[in-house]
Amino acid sequence: MADTMVICVFLPFLVALVAPAVARMLGRRSGWLLALVPAGIFVSFWRSLPIAPGETHTWRIPWVPDLGVELAFLADGLSTTFAILITGIGALVLIYAGDYLAGDRRLGRFYGFILAFMGSMLGVVLADNVVTLFVFWELTSVCSYMLIGFNNETETGRASALKALIVTGAGGLLLLAGLILMMIAGEQLGLSSADAGRISALTTVDLRGHELYPAIFALLVLGCVTKSAQVPFHFWLPAAMAGPTPVSAYLHSATMVKAGIYLLARMHPILGDTWLWTNVVTAFGLVTMLVGAIATLGQKDLKRILAYSTIAVLGTLVMLIGVGTEMAVKTAVVYLVAHAFYKASLFMVAGNIDHETGTRDVTVLGGLRRLMPFTAAAGLLAALSKAGAPPMFGFIGKELLYTTKLSIESVGAYLVIAAVIANVALVASALMVSVKPFLGRSRPTPKKAHEATVAMVVGPVLLAFLGLARGLYPEPFENNLGSAAASAILGENVTMKLKLWHGVDPVAMAVLGLSLLTLAVGFGVYTMVKTRLEPIGRAMHRLEAIGPGRAYELSLEGLYRGAGWFTQIIQSGYLRHYLLATLAVAVAVVASPLVRGLREISGLPVGSWRVHEVVVAALAMGGGVLAATLRSRLAAVAALGTTGVAVALLFVLFSAPDLAMTQMVAEALTVILLVLVFYHLPRVVPRSRWGSRVRDLGLAIAVGVVMSVLVLTVATIQPDLAVSEYFLAQSGPAAHGRNVVNVILVDFRAMDTLGEITVLAVAGLGVFALLRLRLSRRKEEVS
Amino acid sequence: MRGSLILQTGTRLLQMLLLLFSVFMLLRGHNEPGGGFVGGLLAAGAFALYMLAYDVQAARRALRVNPLTLVGVGLLIAAASGAAALIVGRPFLTGLWHAKPIPGIGKVSTVLAFDIGVYLVVVGTALLIVFTLAETERDG
Repeated sequence: MADTMVICVFLPFLVALVAPAVARMLGRRSGWLLALVPAGIFVSFWRSLPIAPGETHTWRIPWVPDLGVELAFLADGLSTTFAILITGIGALVLIYAGDYLAGDRRLGRFYGFILAFMGSMLGVVLADNVVTLFVFWELTSVCSYMLIGFNNETETGRASALKALIVTGAGGLLLLAGLILMMIAGEQLGLSSADAGRISALTTVDLRGHELYPAIFALLVLGCVTKSAQVPFHFWLPAAMAGPTPVSAYLHSATMVKAGIYLLARMHPILGDTWLWTNVVTAFGLVTMLVGAIATLGQKDLKRILAYSTIAVLGTLVMLIGVGTEMAVKTAVVYLVAHAFYKASLFMVAGNIDHETGTRDVTVLGGLRRLMPFTAAAGLLAALSKAGAPPMFGFIGKELLYTTKLSIESVGAYLVIAAVIANVALVASALMVSVKPFLGRSRPTPKKAHEATVAMVVGPVLLAFLGLARGLYPEPFENNLGSAAASAILGENVTMKLKLWHGVDPVAMAVLGLSLLTLAVGFGVYTMVKTRLEPIGRAMHRLEAIGPGRAYELSLEGLYRGAGWFTQIIQSGYLRHYLLATLAVAVAVVASPLVRGLREISGLPVGSWRVHEVVVAALAMGGGVLAATLRSRLAAVAALGTTGVAVALLFVLFSAPDLAMTQMVAEALTVILLVLVFYHLPRVVPRSRWGSRVRDLGLAIAVGVVMSVLVLTVATIQPDLAVSEYFLAQSGPAAHGRNVVNVILVDFRAMDTLGEITVLAVAGLGVFALLRLRLSRRKEEVS
Repeated sequence: MRGSLILQTGTRLLQMLLLLFSVFMLLRGHNEPGGGFVGGLLAAGAFALYMLAYDVQAARRALRVNPLTLVGVGLLIAAASGAAALIVGRPFLTGLWHAKPIPGIGKVSTVLAFDIGVYLVVVGTALLIVFTLAETERDG
C-alpha cells in the first residue's frame, strides 16, 4: 500500500502532461479514458480496505534532511476517506466534463489542470510532512486558479480566479508560517528535526502547552478558514462559480474547500481541545453556517444557491470540529461524506439544466421532469439528502448533528437553534434547486430542453443513489472508513454506530421531532420565498455591498492605485530623470567615504607637466565644455567625440594600447549610433528651465569633483599587488600568452567575461525588442 | 540615405582591410595588444561603415547572416569552449592547448575559441542594434 500510495499521488500529474494530446485525439470520449486514472487510484485505495481505527501506512524519503524536510506520506482512516472521495468523484467529473465541454478546444487544458488538481489534493490529504503538505496545498491553490479562470476571455472569469488565488494564497502564507512555528515548537519539546516536521509525530508531544501555541493556532486556523471559505473570507467561493460546472462540482464536494476542513481535522489531535480551539473554531463555523444558509434564500442562480449552501455546510463542519467531542467528530465525518455525495450530484444536475435549457435561473425553470427524467431523479434524490429527509444519508447526518448539539450542556440549546435555522434554510434551498426546476408546469427555456447524454447523467445519478444506499445500509461505512476517520480526528480509537431509527428514547424522539420540524418549516419557507426571490435578492445584494467581498475589492483597487501612483513617481519615463537619480546616488555613495578619508590624499604625485599632456587634457576638457554649451546636437556629439579621442590619446601616452584601441573603435561606433538615434529626436533642442539647468550644473560639478578626488585617492593608495604579480608571472608559463590584459580576460577571469558577453547579448536583445516593438506598431498604424 | 560615390568606392577597400585587421587583432590578442573584444568592435565598425555608404539592406546582405544568429552562435562557442575542459575532467573554462602551433594562426586552444565567441557576440550585438536603429529610422 505504501508504495502504491506514492504512485497514486504522482500519477495524475504525469497523466496531466499527456491529457491535452489525448483530448485532441479522442475529443469528448477522452473523459472515459482519462477517468481510468482516478478510477484506478480509487480501486487501489478501496482494496486497502477495511481500515481499522488507528491503522496507518507510511512512506517517506529524505528531501532536505538538515531542515527536517522530507517527502512523507501517510494513509489512515481520514486520508483514505478523503482519497476515495477525491478519486471517486474525480472519475465521475472527468467523464461528465467530456460531454459538458464537448467541442470546446480547451478541453485538453481542462483535463490537464483538473488532473493536476486531483494529484495536488491527494498530496494534501496524504502528506505527513508539513513542507510536503504545504507544497501540495499551494498547488491546489494554483490549479484551482487555472480552473476557476478557465473562461479566461471574460473579465469575471479572470477576476474570480484572482480572488480565489489571493484569498487562499494569503491564507497559504499564514499557514506556512504556522507550520514552521509548529516545527520549531516541536523541536523545542524534544523531537528530532525530522520528527518535528512529521505531522504524525507531532501528536506525541504537547504543543498546547507551548508558549507558541496561540500563534501556531491563529496562523493555522487562518490558513484553513480562508481555504474553506469561512466568513469573512467566504466571498471567493460564490465568485468561483465563474468556472465551468464540472469544476464547481469538484471544488465544492471533495476538494479545495474541503482541504481546510481536512487540515483542521488533521490538526485536531495536535492542537484541538483547548479553550481557544473550542471557542474560535466553533464561532467561525457557527457564523459561517448561518450566513451561508440564509444567503441561499436570496439567490436565483442554481449554482449560486448551491455555492452558498456549500458555505453553510462548511461552516457546520468547522463548527463540529471546533466542538471536538467524540459525537461531534463522528457527525462531521458522516456529514462530510453525505455532503460530498449530494453536492457533487446537485452541481452536475445544475450543469445539465444549464447545458440543456440554456439558463440557470430558477425563476424561469419548471416542469423539466418529463424532458429530463434521469437528471430529475438524481436531483430529487440528492436534494432529499441535502434537506436531510429520511431515509437518505443526509438524514443520518442531520440527526447526528442535532444529537451532538443537544449533548453539549452549556450552550447546546443555542447551537441547536442555530443548526435548526441553518437547516431550515438548507431545506428550502434544496427544494429550490430540485423541486422548482423539475416539478410544476413546464415553461419555455432559451434552448429546447432534452435529457443530457449518458456521460452527464451517470455521475449525478450514481452519487444520488449512493446517498440513498448509504442511508439505508450504513454498516459498510461505519465499521470501516467512518470509524477509522473519526479515530484519526480524535486521536483515539472509537467505533461508529449509525442508524436511521433510534427507537423511542427521549433524546432520539426529540431529535426526530426537530428533524421533522426542520423539514416542515423548510417547506414553508420555500413556498414563501419562491415567489419573492426578486425583492429578497435585492436586499441581499445591498448587504453584500457592505460585506467583506466589497472590502476585498476596495483594498485591491487601493493597491492598484497606490502602485500606479508610486510607479509614476519613480518611473517618469524620461532618461534625464533616471540619469539624474543614478548620478546623484553615485555621488552620494562615493563621496561619503571619500570625505572621511580626505586627509589621506597628502602624498599626491605632483610631477612636471609635459606639453603634450597639457594639450591632451585641454582637448578633453574643451570637448566636455563644448558638448554642454552647444545648441546643435550634431556639434555636441562631435565635441563629445573630441573628449573620447583625447581620452584614447591619454591611454596611449600612459602605455595602455589595448584600452586606447578599444576606446577609439567604441568612440567611432558611438558616433554612428548617436547619429542614427537623432532621427528619432525633435530637431530643435529646447533649453531647459533656468532652475533645472542650475541643478544639472551643480550635479555635473559634483560628479566631476567626486570622480577627480576618487582618481587622486586611488593614485595614492598602495594596492596589494599579489594578484597582479601572480597574473604577470603566470601569464606566460601557465596561460601561454604574453598580453596579460587579454590573458586575464579570456583565461584567468574567463568566467567574468562569459558573464559580461551574456549581459551584452541580453542588452542587445532588449534594444532589439524595444525597437522592433515600435517598428511593428508603426507598421500597424500605416496599414 | 543616399551614399556618395567616393564613400562607396572607399568603403569597398576599407571594409576588406578593416575585416582583415579585425581578424588579425583577434588572433594576435593573446600575445600583443588586441583580442576578441576590440576585434569584434572593428568588424562591427566595418559593416556600419558599409551601411552608411550604401544602406541597411545592402549591409545585411554583405553580412550574410542575421546578427542575432551571430550573438547566439558566439555565446554558444564561448560556453562550449569552457565546457570542453569538463570532458577531460578539469574545471569549467580551464584553457586546453593544442601542442603544436599551426602556421599563420598560432597555437590553437579553447582559449582562442573562447575569444572567437567573444568576437562574434560583440559583432552580433553591435550590428543588431545599429541595423535595427537604422531600419526604424528609415521607416519612420
